[in-house]
Amino acid sequence: MSEVTTTPAQPSFTAKDLVTDQDVRWCPGCGDYSILKQAQTVIPELGIPRENIVFISGIGCSSRFPYYMETYGMHSIHGRAAAFASGLKATRPELSVWMISGDGDSLSIGGNHFIHLLRRNFNINLLLFNNEIYGLTKGQYSPTSEEGKVTKSTPFGSIDHPFNPAALALGADGTFIARSMDRDPVHLKDILRRANAHQGTSFVEIYQNCNVFNDGAFEIFTDKETKKLETLFVENGKPLVFGANNDKGVKLDGFKPVIVNLAEGHSANDLWIHDETDRVKAGILSRFFDNPKKGGDHFPRPFGVFYTEQRACYEDGLNAQIAAALAQKGEGDLDKLLKGRDVWEIH
Amino acid sequence: MEHTTDTLERVIIKFAGDSGDGMQLTGTQFTNTAALFGNDISTFPDFPAEIRAPQGTLAGVSGYQLHFGSTNIYSPGDKCDVLVVMNAAALKANLRQLKPGGTIIANTEGFDSKNLRLANIAETDHPLENGSLDKFRVIKIDVTKMTRAALTDSGLGVKEIDRSKNMFVLGFLYWMYNRSLDNSIRFLEEKFSKKPDILNANIKILKAGYSYGDTTETIMTRYVVNPAKMIPGVYRNMMGNQATALGLIAAAKKSGLQLFFGTYPITPASDILHELAKYKNFGVRTFQAEDEIAAIASVIGASFGGALGVTASSGPGIALKGEAMGLAVMLELPVVIINVQRGGPSTGLPTKTEQSDLMQALYGRNGEAPMPVIAASSPADCFETVFEATRLAIEFMTPVLFLSDGYIANGAEPWRFPKSADLKEINVKFATEKNGEKYLPYKRDEKLSRPWAIPGTKGLEHRIGGIEKQHETGNISYDSENHEFMVHMRENKVEGIANHIPLQTIDTGTEKGKLLILGWGSTYGAIKTAVLEARAAGYDVSHAHVRYLKPFPKNLGEVLYNFEHVLIPEMNNGQLVKVIRDKYMIPAIAYNKIQGLPFNAGEIREKIESILGK
Ligand code: SF4
Repeated sequence: MSEVTTTPAQPSFTAKDLVTDQDVRWCPGCGDYSILKQAQTVIPELGIPRENIVFISGIGCSSRFPYYMETYGMHSIHGRAAAFASGLKATRPELSVWMISGDGDSLSIGGNHFIHLLRRNFNINLLLFNNEIYGLTKGQYSPTSEEGKVTKSTPFGSIDHPFNPAALALGADGTFIARSMDRDPVHLKDILRRANAHQGTSFVEIYQNCNVFNDGAFEIFTDKETKKLETLFVENGKPLVFGANNDKGVKLDGFKPVIVNLAEGHSANDLWIHDETDRVKAGILSRFFDNPKKGGDHFPRPFGVFYTEQRACYEDGLNAQIAAALAQKGEGDLDKLLKGRDVWEIH
Repeated sequence: MEHTTDTLERVIIKFAGDSGDGMQLTGTQFTNTAALFGNDISTFPDFPAEIRAPQGTLAGVSGYQLHFGSTNIYSPGDKCDVLVVMNAAALKANLRQLKPGGTIIANTEGFDSKNLRLANIAETDHPLENGSLDKFRVIKIDVTKMTRAALTDSGLGVKEIDRSKNMFVLGFLYWMYNRSLDNSIRFLEEKFSKKPDILNANIKILKAGYSYGDTTETIMTRYVVNPAKMIPGVYRNMMGNQATALGLIAAAKKSGLQLFFGTYPITPASDILHELAKYKNFGVRTFQAEDEIAAIASVIGASFGGALGVTASSGPGIALKGEAMGLAVMLELPVVIINVQRGGPSTGLPTKTEQSDLMQALYGRNGEAPMPVIAASSPADCFETVFEATRLAIEFMTPVLFLSDGYIANGAEPWRFPKSADLKEINVKFATEKNGEKYLPYKRDEKLSRPWAIPGTKGLEHRIGGIEKQHETGNISYDSENHEFMVHMRENKVEGIANHIPLQTIDTGTEKGKLLILGWGSTYGAIKTAVLEARAAGYDVSHAHVRYLKPFPKNLGEVLYNFEHVLIPEMNNGQLVKVIRDKYMIPAIAYNKIQGLPFNAGEIREKIESILGK
C-alpha cells in the first residue's frame, strides 16, 4: 500500500501554509468556501509532506479549488480530472492525490471517467461538490437536478431523471462511498480524514450550496428546523436513529427498511445497525433518496460512510507486475532489446 | 529431376488468399528467411477490414507483398512477378497487380464452383480454363488435395489439416527460390512446442511442398537471388509499429525517465501497445484507458509527475484527443502523441493507409495551439523519428506529434540497429531550486522552454491549468496584452526548434535542377526508387524528404528555390503542398493518390516524365 499514513508529532505546516496568493473568486456565500476551509484544516493533520500533495480538478466552479491550495495542482479539462489523476498515480504512487470535481464535471461530461476510476480503485480521494446546478455556465440544470427543476435551460421544468451519485458509485464497485455537506464542518472534516485513510478511490459526495443559481437546494438538510427529521447520520456499529430527539429509527424487515417510532415501544436493539462493510445494506441505504420537498412519507437522507471495502489498488497491481518482471528477467538490457533474436551480418 | 537455375536481381511476390488461409504468416516466413539470407527486403501486408469477412469472398481477401533482391530495395514494389492465389477471389482482387508474363501459382481447389460463385465469377468464365490468363504463366497445384493426402494418417481433423496448406505453398516457393527450410522449421517448433501433432503436420507439409517442386516438372527453372550489397553491419527485420515501441523504450532509457504509455485500442496503432506491454522489466507502464480522451489525459497526468508520457492512436482517436492536446500546449509539458494514420474521414478505411491527417496535426485544435510535428519515412525510420520526437518534447517542454501510417506501421524492412551507446543523450533537468523569490513555473530559458518541477519537490509547489496564464508566474490572467504576448511566446518557442534540428538535405540527386520531388512520410521508398530510375534514364530530378513538418528546417526555402519545379506526391488530397505554397509562395505541383494504397514507383516515374517530357 502506498499512502503515507504516519502522523508526525508536529504537523510540518499549518492551514495558513495552504493558502495561496491568489484571490479566491467564488461568489460570496458560496458553499465552496467552507469545503476549502475544512480541507485546509484537515490536511496538515494527515502527516503528509506538503510537496507530496496534488490536487487535480476538471472544469466548473469547484474545479478552481487547486488554485487556492498551496500544494501541487492541476486545473485540467472538463470531466477528465479522473484520468489525469489516474496517470499521475500510476507513475507516482507515493503521492497523495486529491481530485476535485462537481456534479456536471463528474456525472455528465466526465461520467465515463468517474465509473472507471471507481472500478480501477486508484488510491485517490475524489471530492464531488454536488450543487445540483451548473454554476460556471450560469444556471442550467445538472444531472443531479431534481425532475421538474426550472432553470435557464429548462423553463418548463427538467424532464431528466437525476443521478443518485452514491448508488452510481456503488454500482461502479467503488470501495469507499460517503456523503457530507458544506454546512457541517465537523462532519465534513471527519469524512475527509476517513477518505484519506482509505486505501483506494474514496468517493465523497459533498452537498454544496450554490447561493447564486440554486440557493437552498439542501436547506432542508441543513436548516436547524428540518435537519433532525430529514437527515440520518450513520456511524459504523451504531443503530440508524434520527428525529428531533433521536426518537425515530430505521428497522429492516427482511430487505425492506421501515421507519419506526422509538417512543412507541420499539427498542434501539431492534434497529438496523450500520455495517459499513455490508454491500447489500449500503445499496439499500443509498436508495434513501426521496425528494423531501415532495412531502409525504419518506426516508431521511443519509450522511456518513455508506460503504467501505478493501480491494487492491490499480497502482499496486501495476507495481507488482513490474517488480515480478524485474525479479524474473532482471532489468531490461536495451542493446539486447534492439538486437532482438534473428539477426544477420553483412560484411 | 534436373532443373536449371536463373539468377534474378529482384523479385516481388504477392501472397493472397482468404483471411483464414494464413497468407500473412506465409509472407512473413518467406520474408524472414530472405532477410536472414542477406537480401534487402521491403514488405506490405494488406488486410481486409473485417476480422472474419465471409470466407471465399472478395471482402475476405488478405494479401502480403514482399519485395526482395540483391540490390537496394526501398519499397514493397509496384506490380508483382509472382502472384500466389489460394482461391478465385484472391485472383480476381489481385490480377491487375501482376506484371505481364508474371507467374500465377493457384490452388485449384480454391476455384471450385462454390469459390467461383463467392467471387462472383460465372462458372462458364472459369479463369484457369477460359484462356484469360494466357499472357501469364499459370502453375496449378491442388494444394488442398495434396495436403490432405499427406496427412491422412496424422490423426488430425480435416479442418486442422486444411489449416496447414499454406505450408505447402511456402515449401514450394522455398524450392523455387532455392531457400533453406531451416528458419521456418525453427519457427514452427517454437510456435507449436506444446502441440506436437500440429507441429509434425506443418513440417511434413512444408517439406512436401518443397519436394513437390523437386520431383515434378511443374517448373523447370529455379531462381537465385543473391544477398544484397548493403552497408556492412548486423541487421534484423523491423516493422514500423515495433520500431516505434522500441524507439520509445530507448528514449526512456536515454532520458532516465519512466515510460508511461496510455492508449485506447485502435487500428492500426494497437500493435504499439501490444509491443510495449511486454516490456515491464524495462519499467514500461502501459495503461489501456477507457477512451481516447482518458488515454491522453492520463499521459499528461503522468508527465506532470515527471514521467515520459506517450499516447498513440489513429485519426479518429486523435480528433478526440484534440482538447487535451491543447491543454498540453498550455501546460507546456512533454508529451508524445503518435498518429498512425489511416484512410479517413470518420471511420474511413481503418485497414488502409493514407497521409490525410497532416492538416489535423498542424492545425486541428481550438485556439492558437502550435505543436512540433515530425513524420517517419519507413518502418525502421520510426525508431529514430520517435526517439527524436521524444527528445524535442523533453528539451522544449512541449507536446510533439509523431506521424506514422498504416503502410509503414505494418510494413517491414531490414534494420541496421544502433548500439545504445551511440544513441543521442536526452537531457532531463527537473527543477529543484526556486528561480525567483517565488517559484516561477513559466520563467523560460534561452530556448523559451519552461522548468519542469515535479510533485515531491519541496518548495516548488505550484498550480498549472488550461486558463491563459501570466508570463513567468503562470497565474491566471485574462489580460488582453498578456494573451497576445503568450500566444506569440508559444509560437516562437515551437518555431525556435528550427535552430536545433538538422538542415534539410537532398536525399537523391543534385542541389539545383529542373525538378525536385518533395516528399514526407511513407512515400519515401516509392519516390526514391522512381528518382533513381529516372536519373539513370537521364532525367534531371532530385528527391528531398522532410521529416520535420513543424517547424520546417531553416533552409527548406532555399532548397526549394533551387529548382524550376517542385512536385509533392501525397497519399491525400493535397495537404503538404498547401502548406508549402502558403509558406514559400511557390507554385508547387500536387500529385495525389487517395485510394488507401501507397504510391508505386511507376506512378511517380510517369509523373516525372509528364513534367519533364519523355
Ligand atoms: S456560481 Fe454558485 S457554485 Fe459557482 S461560485 Fe457562485 S455560488 Fe459558488
